[in-house]
Order: sequence, then structure tokens, then C-alpha cells
Amino acid sequence: MAQEMTNQNAAQAVQPVLSVRNVGMNFGGLRALSEVNLDVLPGEVVALIGPNGAGKTTFFNCITGIYTPSEGEVTAYPKNGKPKRINGMRTNLVCELGMARTFQNIRLFPSMTALENVMIGRHCRTKTGILGAVLRGPGTRREEQEVVDKSFEMLTKVGLEKLANEYSRNLPYGAQRRLEIARALATEPFLLLLDEPAAGMNPQETEELKQMVIRIREEFKVSVLLIEHDMKMVMSLSDRIYVMEYGRIISTGTPKEVSEDPQVIRAYLGEDSDA
Amino acid sequence: MSRANILRYLKQALVASLWLSFLTLPIMVIRVDTVEQTVTWRWMHLAYMAGGSFVLALIWYIMMERRDLSQAKRELETVERDSALMRFLSDPRFARPLMAFGLLVAVAFPWFFSLYQTNILISALIYVVLGLGLNITVGLAGLLDLGYVAFYAVGAYTYALLNHHFHLGFWAVLPLGAVMGAFFGILLGFPVLRLRGDYLAIVTLGFGQIVRLVLENWGSFSYGPSGISNIDRPGLFGISYSVEQATTYMYYIMVVLVLLTIFVTARLKDSRIGRAWLALREDEIACQAMGIDNTRAKLMAFSLGATLAALMGVVFAAKTTFINPASFTFMESAMILAIVVLGGMGSVLGVILGAFLLMLLPEYLRAFSEYRMLIFGATMVLVMVFRPEGLVRAKRKVYKINVEAAG
Amino acid sequence: MEYFLQLFFGGLSRGSVYALIALGYTMVYGIIELINFAHGEIYMIGAFMGLIVAGLLTSLGWPALSVLAIALVISVLYSAAYGYTVEKIAYKPLRNAPRLAPLISAIGMSILLQNYIMLAQTPDFLPFPRLIPELAFMERFSNYLGTSDMFIIVTSFVVMVALTLFIKFTRMGKAMRATAQNRKMAMLVGVNVDQVISVTFIIGSSLAAVGGVLIGAHVGQINFAIGFLAGIKAFTAAVLGGIGSIPGAMLGGLVLGWAESFATGYISSDYEDVFAFLLLVVILIFRPAGLLGKQRAQKV
Ligand SMILES: Nc1ncnc2c1ncn2[C@@H]1O[C@H](COP(=O)(O)OP(=O)(O)OP(=O)(O)O)[C@@H](O)[C@H]1O
Ligand SMILES: [Mg+2]
Repeated sequence: MAQEMTNQNAAQAVQPVLSVRNVGMNFGGLRALSEVNLDVLPGEVVALIGPNGAGKTTFFNCITGIYTPSEGEVTAYPKNGKPKRINGMRTNLVCELGMARTFQNIRLFPSMTALENVMIGRHCRTKTGILGAVLRGPGTRREEQEVVDKSFEMLTKVGLEKLANEYSRNLPYGAQRRLEIARALATEPFLLLLDEPAAGMNPQETEELKQMVIRIREEFKVSVLLIEHDMKMVMSLSDRIYVMEYGRIISTGTPKEVSEDPQVIRAYLGEDSDA
Repeated sequence: MSRANILRYLKQALVASLWLSFLTLPIMVIRVDTVEQTVTWRWMHLAYMAGGSFVLALIWYIMMERRDLSQAKRELETVERDSALMRFLSDPRFARPLMAFGLLVAVAFPWFFSLYQTNILISALIYVVLGLGLNITVGLAGLLDLGYVAFYAVGAYTYALLNHHFHLGFWAVLPLGAVMGAFFGILLGFPVLRLRGDYLAIVTLGFGQIVRLVLENWGSFSYGPSGISNIDRPGLFGISYSVEQATTYMYYIMVVLVLLTIFVTARLKDSRIGRAWLALREDEIACQAMGIDNTRAKLMAFSLGATLAALMGVVFAAKTTFINPASFTFMESAMILAIVVLGGMGSVLGVILGAFLLMLLPEYLRAFSEYRMLIFGATMVLVMVFRPEGLVRAKRKVYKINVEAAG
Repeated sequence: MEYFLQLFFGGLSRGSVYALIALGYTMVYGIIELINFAHGEIYMIGAFMGLIVAGLLTSLGWPALSVLAIALVISVLYSAAYGYTVEKIAYKPLRNAPRLAPLISAIGMSILLQNYIMLAQTPDFLPFPRLIPELAFMERFSNYLGTSDMFIIVTSFVVMVALTLFIKFTRMGKAMRATAQNRKMAMLVGVNVDQVISVTFIIGSSLAAVGGVLIGAHVGQINFAIGFLAGIKAFTAAVLGGIGSIPGAMLGGLVLGWAESFATGYISSDYEDVFAFLLLVVILIFRPAGLLGKQRAQKV
């Protein structure tokens, strides 16, 4: 109880970048999310963990406009703009607003090169139209070159500069995950949403990924909301953790607080463990 | 190829040809006349069928094995490799002179060939533009539009009706037709573009049919199945000219329009918009999640394709001076689709080649012309099975990275 | 009233045939998510096979009803073989290809089959022998229900009941339902998916052939192009009932049959086909999951 108080105080003191209030989601009869409350503060790395099927990905889908939540409020606070209610907003507008995501089951553009994949991320920050593209005046050419250079820079940030001209479908698994991050970064987000970025990576790759996320946060001043099953990574990387089970947040706090919460231990080890 | 392999192929082909002969036997051999109560037996057909299907099956099985092998190999290989021909064609040292030569031939054509030949070539050029237009919708953006020919009809009827009622000339209506095409593209596109790929195909097919049926039945507007005749040819500063000169004039108009279309599509393909289309084709959800307005991108592709079709409709009406709904059937849409599929979805050069191949071969090999649609159908199946990228794989621009700026 | 009944039964018999063809679309879509564009052509080939067999037998002087029975059986067998072969040639090699590839291949197949029939037989309409005799006891209904309508309705009904029983109670039927729900899972629990797909095509084609022969006998003439329109209308019926659903296809067929019958009867017959296409477009745009189906969010 006392912990919750301190958290709420903290949330009120600083304006969050994302605040989620009482969000619920139904699929027909299935209640995938209910009464989810969650805040992400500027510069924070927040982790969302929970057993398989808890509803974490569904939560991402609800705040990025892929699903419209059945109830509740999702509000985003862009860096220098007005707070915006974003539940049910179109996915591309959410991204344009500054919330970019990756996907649990990698969704790259398979027959485009790594570089082109990242260039797609630049789309919403550029504005060449049909006429500009056909005439290809100096403005268009400058913008085009800027897109290429910026995108290559993003590739460098995730360590893929050598693979820039490979088709993304031919990249190794870990590289594909990092490419998704680069593509999301290219949209200049204030909040980066990562859905199990370490899935399928070996311990060394996971460690590198962790360092990368730390670097990215520093350099781009971006907040991170992270879904992850790798506890080692979650514990050492996140400032705060939310634990979800059956679509509800059952615990929240610092990594230490959460790992000592009996509710969480039960959720992870099952009912029988305390017997 | 080892002897055992050859034997296996022969056996497989024999079985397949026996099966196909059995399958086609009644329809190929028997012809009944239920009025006269007579039956004609055409046993020779069975022999053709057996022989032909044996050869085809043999080729099928050999190609199938090669396909499976190369697919397995491609999964291991990391860099996509072009064929020797493609490398040759894309090397500017050869491509430039080749293009110049092609242009020279195009310009000189009507001086060296008959009126008849020029007319055929005009038709082929019309299909080049239609193919390039559909290529934007299907090849680049991945929206299968089976009612494409409806926009062709919109252009043709726009010119025919305006010319018939108000005596508007070709040059006045040409831009108007384009606008009408874009307008109809957006009008039809708006409600249907959020549908999934295969449903989109069927809805556009439905729209195409509706347009044709309305043209056929709404006699007071479109003059019904008998169509509109005596449409004016393109004007040339009020100078009057003979039919031959008209054909030559039409030909040059088409050459210019083709060049313009190639220029526009090639530029778009390698632009911000073209990239968005490709992303859309590959994964709609990821595309939208990366900030691309899917609806807008789709509408652009759809209406741009429609614009080109309508433009060609105006040209078609001016060229034939007579139009009726029979020119705008589903088969026409399918034919244009076959051009795009054979040439290579997304490839400008491929679509041009596809249009020439599919439009000119049946003209010049008269024996083929009866089998034209049969061949079109077979082409679509075979290309999808053996070479889904078509004759020419769409070439992607290689981007120059400004290393200093990227730092 | 009589006019109403006439339209009602006309729509019912028309709708039964749409339903027969729609079943093929819906079953194939349920299992491999493909709009089998060539399905209308299988129906057309069914009609041609019926015509050929009937022509042969009537020229030998056989009685009409036995000719009809034999024509139905042979036409069903042949169309099933065609359906099976089409799947093997045009769809099976594309199991793992991008979604549009099999659809384009299907369109190609449809064009190929149409032109094959046109070249091997004739581009003209061929008269179909009168295989359905006027039955004496049908006399008093003749003002609104002809014998051939009655025949179509009864035959379709029997066939559809048989199909429902097959799907519900046989091993293969269960395997088909399992595959339709989740192909990967079905494969894991030991269902031979290739076989299920083949059987689906065989059954769908057989049903279409029944429809083809019945319509041929009813209308009295056929040509190579009849499959296109019938195919699209049947597909409309399948979507109407919720594609993938077998009872849905039956219902959709009937609804479309009646809609067409009443619209042409009470409004105007000029635009008969326009009604069907309009219905198709409107349904797909506003209720792509069909009349009964629920809209479901795509899993991401
Ligand atoms: N579009 C949908 N339609 C119906 N049910 C859905 C849909 N999307 C998700 N679900 C259901 O919602 C529940 C939560 O799924 P979700 O994918 O969000 O879990 P998760 O926490 O991301 O699990 P994992 O750790 O395995 O990724 C599951 O029972 C899932 O089947
Ligand atoms: Mg998940």
C-alpha cells in the first residue's frame, strides 16, 4: 500500500509521457484486459512482464491503435505538444505522434533491404508527394538523401551498418530484432515500445541488446516500455516493472519490490509452490 | 541428369498424360448435336492431347524439380543475384545506347512499316500504358484490381459522350478523362480499400461488372450495346488529314504518352511514395504501425492506376472512333493482369516486355490467335508456379550513403 | 398470390443451385483461404459433361429419367476429377507463396478452362436435351412450380443433407473441420492435410457438377461462359452466409436466389445481374463476415 502511494506521488510530480487508466479489452466473451493502469515517465525504462497469454501484446495493440480498447483512457504526452487521448486513434497517427513499436513475431518488410526497412520509418517525418516524386526537384533530392543518411545512421546505432543492403528476410534472427528497433527509432519517437526484443537470442546477444537499449535511451532521450520474458534483462534494465496476469496488473514497483511480492511469486511459480 | 532420373521423369509424364487424356477425352473427342441427334467422334484430338500432354508433363516435372532445388538454395544464399541478361541490361554502358536505339526505332517505325503494322503497334502501346497503370496498383502496392477495365471504360465514354453531345475535341478531353479516372478511382477506392487482398479483388471485379452492365442497359445515357460511333480523331490545329496521316499522328501521340508514363512510374517507384507502396504490399499492419497512412497510400496507387486507364480510354475511343460495352469485359481486365504478371509485378521494363509479347505474338503468329486467351490463362498459372517474379525481376534502387553525414 | 408463389419457387430453385456451387467456394476457402476462381468453370464443365452423356444416350434412344441419372453420375465423377487436377496443378505448388499468387493462378486457370471448352466444343450456345419430364401429379402446381424446379429443389436438398451428414459424422468430415479451424494443429495431431484438401476439392466440384447438370436441363441451353456469372453469384452467396461456413453457404444461396427472383419480378428484369453484383459489393464492404458471422479482430 505504501509503495503504491509513493509511486502515485512520483507520477503526479512529473508529467508522464504515457498514462493508461482503467483500460479493458474484450474479444467476444474473452476478457483479455481489465482495469489496467500504467504510467511511463520521461526517460524511464518500464517493463511489462507476465506469463504467456497474460495480455501483454494485447495491451500494446490497444495503446498503438491496432485494437480499440473496450473501455478506459489512454493518453500520450508528446514532447512539446498538447496531451492527446489516443485510444482508438489510427495506428499510423499514434506512430506519427511519437510512439513507435516492434512486434513479438517480427514484422519486417521481407523483400526490402535493411536500409529500406529503416527508410520506411522516416516516411512520417518527410513529405514528398506524387508531384515532388515525379519532378524530383532539389528539395526532393535533398530530402531523399537525408532519409538515406538518417536511416543509415540508425542502422549504425543498432550495429547493422554492414548489412545495410541485405534483404531483411536473409538477416539472422537477432539482427532482424535489432532492425525492427532501428526502424522504430527512425520515426523519432518519444516512447519506444518493444515486444519481447530478446526472444530467441542467446545470453550474449541479450546482453548486447541490453547495452544497446541503455545507449539508445541516453542518446535519443526516449522512454522505453518493454515486454520481456528474460528476467535477468528485465531486472537489470528497468526502472519500474508492471506484472500482468489474466489481463490485470497484479503488482508494480521497482525490480526489487516486484521480485519480493508474494503475488508475483505465486503467479510465476503456480499455486502449488507455496505448499 | 542420371539415367534413373530420366526414367523417373518419363514414367511420371506418362502417368500424367494418361490421366489428362482420360480427363479430356469426352470433351475433346465427343461432340453431340442434340437437335439432329447426331454424335461426332474426333479421335484425332485424343492423339494430340496424349502427345501434347506427355511433352508438357515432362517439362513440368523437370521444371518442378529445378524450382524446388533453387528454392532450397535461395534460402541459404544471402544475396539475391541477377541473371546475366539483367546485369547486361542494367549496366548503363549498354542500357543507354540500347534505349537510344529503341527510341530511334520507335520514331522511325511508321516510315518503314505499313499502316496495318502501325495500327497494331498503337494497340500494343495502349496496352503498355494500361499494363504500367495496373502495375502501380497490383505490382507496386499489391492491390489486386480485377475491375481495372472499368476505368478504361470511364475514359472512353467520357470522350465519346462529350464528343458526341458537345463536339469537344480529343485534346480538351484528354486531361478531363484523366481527372474523371482519378475521380472514379477515389470514389470506388474509398469504400473498398480497407478490405483484405482477396476480397478487394472480388469487389473490384464486381464494380467492373456493374459499370459494364450499366453501360449496356442504360441506353438513354450510353446508347446501350450498340455503342457510340463517329467519334472524332485527335485534332491538329484544325488541319484536316487523311486516315493514314491520322494513324501516324495517333502513333506519335502514343509514343509520347508511353514515354511519359514510363518516366512517371519509374520516378514514383524509387520515391518515398513508391517505398510506402512496397511496404504496404509486404505487410499492411507493420506499414501502418510505422506511420504510413495506409488508406492514403492505397488511394494514391488505386487512383493513379485509374487515371492512366482513363487516359488510355480516351485514346482508344479516338483511335477506333467507335466504342461499345463489349470492349470492356472482365477478359480485358484479365488480359492486362496477365501482362503485368508475365512481365513481372513491380518491374517497369518487365511490364513493357510483357505487353509487347502478349499483344504482338498473337497478331503475328496467326495460328496462335485462336488460342490467345488459352495461352493467357496458362501463362498466369505457369508464371505463378515457376517464376512468380515474372520475366524481369523488379529492380530496386541502390542507395548511395553519404558516409560523412552519417558519421 | 400466384405470382408471388411463382417468384418464391423460382427463387428457391435458383437459390438451391447457387447454394450447391457456393458450398465449393466456402469449403475451399475454409480450408486454404483461397477464392477458387476456377470453381465456376468446374460447374460449367459439369454441365458440358452432362450434355455430352445425355446427347450420347438419347441418340441411342434411352428414356429421359435414366439418362438424367447416368448423366448426373458421370458428370459428377468427371468434374470431381477436374477439381482434383486443378488443385494439383494450380494451387498445390503455391501452398507457401504470398497470398495473391494462388488467386492469380486461379484466375488463370479459370480463363484456361473456359477457352479449353470453347475451343474443344463450340463458342455457341448448345441446346441441352429435355431430361426432366413433366410429371402428371405436378399438373396442379404448374402455375407456379414447374417439374424441373421441383426436381432441382429436391435434388439439392438431398445432396445438402448428405453433405451435412458427411461433415458431421465421418472421419474425413472431422478431419476437414479440424483443418479448417487450424491447419497447423490438425497436421500436428496427424491429419493428412494434403488429402483433406484434395477431398475438399473433390466434394466441392461434385456439388457444382450436380448444379451444372440440373441447370442445363432446366434452362435448356449452355455455353462455355456460363461458369463465370454463376461462379460470381455463388461466391456472393458464400460471402452472404459467411465464407467458410457450410450452413451459411446454403442460406446465402437461398437468400440470393430469392433476392434476385423478387427483384427481377417486382422491380425490373433489365438489371438482373446488376442486383447480384450490387449485393456482392455491398455485402463485402459493409458485412464482409456475412449475415450471420461476427466481425473478428485480426490477431497481431
Ligand atoms: N485478436 C484476438 N482475438 C481473440 N483473442 C485474442 C486476440 N488477440 C489476443 N487474444 C487473446 O488474448 C489473450 C492475451 O494474448 P496476448 O497475445 O496479449 O498475450 P501475451 O501476454 O502477449 O502472451 P505471450 O507472452 O505469449 O506473448 C490470449 O488468450 C489470446 O488468445
Ligand atoms: Mg505477446
